[in-house]
Amino acid sequence: MSDPQPEGRRRARAAAAQRPPRHRVSVVGVIGELLLTAGVLILLFLGWQLWWNDAIMASQQSSTASAQSAEWNEQARAEHSEAPAPAPEEYGDPVVGPAEYPNGEPFAVMYVPRFDSPDTHDSVRQIAEGYGLDVLNSYETGVGHYPGTQMPGQVGNFAIAAHRSAYGGGMHEIEQFQLGDPIYIQTKDGWYTYRFRDFEYVTPETVDVLAAVPHQPTVQPTERLITLTTCNPLYSTAERLIAYGVLESWRPAAAGPPEEIADVVATWGG
Amino acid sequence: MYGALWRVLPGPVWLRIILLLILIAATVYALFTWVFPWVDGIVNPIDVTVDQ
Repeated sequence: MSDPQPEGRRRARAAAAQRPPRHRVSVVGVIGELLLTAGVLILLFLGWQLWWNDAIMASQQSSTASAQSAEWNEQARAEHSEAPAPAPEEYGDPVVGPAEYPNGEPFAVMYVPRFDSPDTHDSVRQIAEGYGLDVLNSYETGVGHYPGTQMPGQVGNFAIAAHRSAYGGGMHEIEQFQLGDPIYIQTKDGWYTYRFRDFEYVTPETVDVLAAVPHQPTVQPTERLITLTTCNPLYSTAERLIAYGVLESWRPAAAGPPEEIADVVATWGG
Repeated sequence: MYGALWRVLPGPVWLRIILLLILIAATVYALFTWVFPWVDGIVNPIDVTVDQ
């Protein structure tokens, strides 16, 4: 057998030519595709965290807070349905609630018209005791009160924290504050109207901003302040942006919400 | 990898494109619903508070 079957070989070659080309899987090719996939996944995650989940949380936090506010308003109306609403001169000194609450318990509602967007109306937030992730990353609260700092309306410093980006971003628009912007805090006792005073940019360790007189821990307070803390710059945690406000007025729950926001508040909880 | 996926899909090109889009949508849905919330609990949390 000197002839190695040329006929068979030719047929095999013809068949090979008809077969679709073999796809070679190269290691470099697979690594490249894996890297591309990882890149896409990370971008998707950031999109989810900073926009998708942020919007969902903002909407849920705001509607929970609005419902809480509406419930308090309803209670106040029910309790005082017979008596006429008190006149401004009868409001007296701001009522201050308990000195502390169990960690994670919501006790106040914050509404800052400057934070509101005309499209979404999702800027109302519940304030809960504590500044752990159980409060700040919660679908129901989003703003945390620093334990040990004062309560709404109290002489001293009512200090709170919230995310600036992601997780509902309760203080996302904080840098838009203008002098005198109202910060409304509602508790079951009534409404506290603070006015924005000034910003401060500090390092994350600057706990003195929480003092009853910020930066002067030994001084006896005389003013009723609110301090908002969040991260800075936007999308970074390198620094903290602090916004201070001063209490302007207070209304007992029986008097209803401040006139400037009565129309907005009336739409809540529906 | 993705070349193999393309060849595994049956039918003409237009059908493969539709199937591929469905696969992508299902993947993104699974990521957004289960994977990302899980990952979010693990990765370094964003810190916004002043603390010592």
